[in-house]
Amino acid sequence: MSAGNGATIAFARRHRLHPFEALPWVAAIVAFPLFPSYLPLGAQILATILFALSADLVLGYAGIVTLGHAAFFGTGAYTAGILAASGWGEPISGLLAGALAAAVIGVVSGFIVLRTSGLTLLMQTLVVATLLHEAANRASSVTGGDDGLQGMQMWPIFGIFRFDLFGRAAYIYCFVVLFLCWWLARRIVHSPFGRSLTGIRENVLRMHAIGAPVMRRRLVIYTISAAFAGLAGALIAQTTAFVGLGFLSLDRSGTVLIMLIIGGVGRLYGAFIGVPLYMIAQDRFSEVAPVYWYFWIGLLMVLVVVFARGGIFGLVDRLRR
Amino acid sequence: MSEAANGPALETRGLCKSFGALQVANSIDFCLERGARHALIGPNGAGKTTFVELVTGALRPNAGQIRLDGDDVTQLPQAARVKRGLVRTFQITALFPHLSILENVSLAICERQGIAGGLFRPAGHHRAAIEEAHALLERLGLEDEALRPVNMLAYGRQRLVEIAVSLALSPKVLLLDEPAAGVPSGESGTIIEVIERLPSDIALLIIEHDMDLVFRLAQRITVLVQGSVLVEGPPEEIARDPEVRRVYLGERVAR
Repeated sequence: MSAGNGATIAFARRHRLHPFEALPWVAAIVAFPLFPSYLPLGAQILATILFALSADLVLGYAGIVTLGHAAFFGTGAYTAGILAASGWGEPISGLLAGALAAAVIGVVSGFIVLRTSGLTLLMQTLVVATLLHEAANRASSVTGGDDGLQGMQMWPIFGIFRFDLFGRAAYIYCFVVLFLCWWLARRIVHSPFGRSLTGIRENVLRMHAIGAPVMRRRLVIYTISAAFAGLAGALIAQTTAFVGLGFLSLDRSGTVLIMLIIGGVGRLYGAFIGVPLYMIAQDRFSEVAPVYWYFWIGLLMVLVVVFARGGIFGLVDRLRR
Repeated sequence: MSEAANGPALETRGLCKSFGALQVANSIDFCLERGARHALIGPNGAGKTTFVELVTGALRPNAGQIRLDGDDVTQLPQAARVKRGLVRTFQITALFPHLSILENVSLAICERQGIAGGLFRPAGHHRAAIEEAHALLERLGLEDEALRPVNMLAYGRQRLVEIAVSLALSPKVLLLDEPAAGVPSGESGTIIEVIERLPSDIALLIIEHDMDLVFRLAQRITVLVQGSVLVEGPPEEIARDPEVRRVYLGERVAR
């Protein structure tokens, strides 16, 4: 057997952990004692990384271009939020309920929208999110409508760790959930299923020709991604004790893509760079220039598009060559 | 099933397809014997690639029947036909451009082995699939470039990968759509050699423009003109056929 061959060995080892992959986790742990007054923002960043990671699974790996990912984010948030506002404030079950609800929306809407591709697909994902947005707006007796959902009462995590004002519990909570999801996403990306998604993105015609059930594969990853986005939404709802219509908005769907693109698409770690960069910049800019901060975000976006095609990761790749 | 064991590998009966008023397949009766080396020729626009797409299931016929190994597969989706050993290559190279040769081939192997839907076990742990992919590359002389992305390869090499990916699916019937199209003549020899060395239990249908290649490889030739079978027979008969010379070969002589 040609087991000693370098090519096959390199190929078989691609899923092994690289030391660099510890960096985001080290950074997140170091940030905890270093920036105690920024932990609430930190928790939001961690949850938003999960949201962007979920978008990367569909956009970066399967090549499904979506402008409606907030549909799943908002579904998760409203599910966890409504549970907590109506007397069930247990965080873990609320989180799982949010993920499940989002997955259901994902599998049902995916069954319809994934039959199309390109601009049609883009518009249909947008339609799904808009429909949910409008449904949440109409059902104001349940969702609070335009005013947002009020009166969420969160219980302590595992009955022990209370959500404190300084965001310590929230930060650790988001950290752990993100870590578990990252581990799962990484397994998926390196599995034969994950590789076949890359094949679908690279050349769907050929995937059909080698006998791959393309529609089923896309539906599976769309549903998993929806569940991840639902978790992210539920995390933010629980840690901020608020859900509003903005959670389902086009703005939310677009922003998560911008953050992902700034970091780099289809690399699993684009979210870990793009989201902190965007959200910290937003926090700083809005303090320095409360009126014009969107201008600076826009400028950042232009710079990335002009000088860093493929995001920060694309830039690093080119500098290394 | 006794009929199936001796019957043709692939058969079409009265296959019709039209796009609006344009009739691209007009009641095609076609038969590919087991282990055949068969060529499908015809002038541009004769409907050769359409025929391939009808047979593989990328297009649905308006009428007619497709039988694979004696079984009616007309209603089966493309993936199910691939599982039964009906495999095609593409006239215009259709690979995974940014992935390595090894990965291009192993994606196909994973599909065939039914492990491609696995969500958790890393692809790298499926050693049997990787070894098989590598053995296939060695067979085709591609192992030196196993880890290079296919879009970095010379076009002739890409055409070889195109064949490698289809062989990874263990075809019983292999439709080669212009396997040497666009390849400089110096490199086409390698491709012809690879095709000549293919296992004799694979039934080959070669769709081709290049007459030298056709007469070198094929034991039987079908001539398609305007969506209909004009004539079918052994190469020497086709070469002599006045009608064929007029619509097809003559056209080349005239140039």
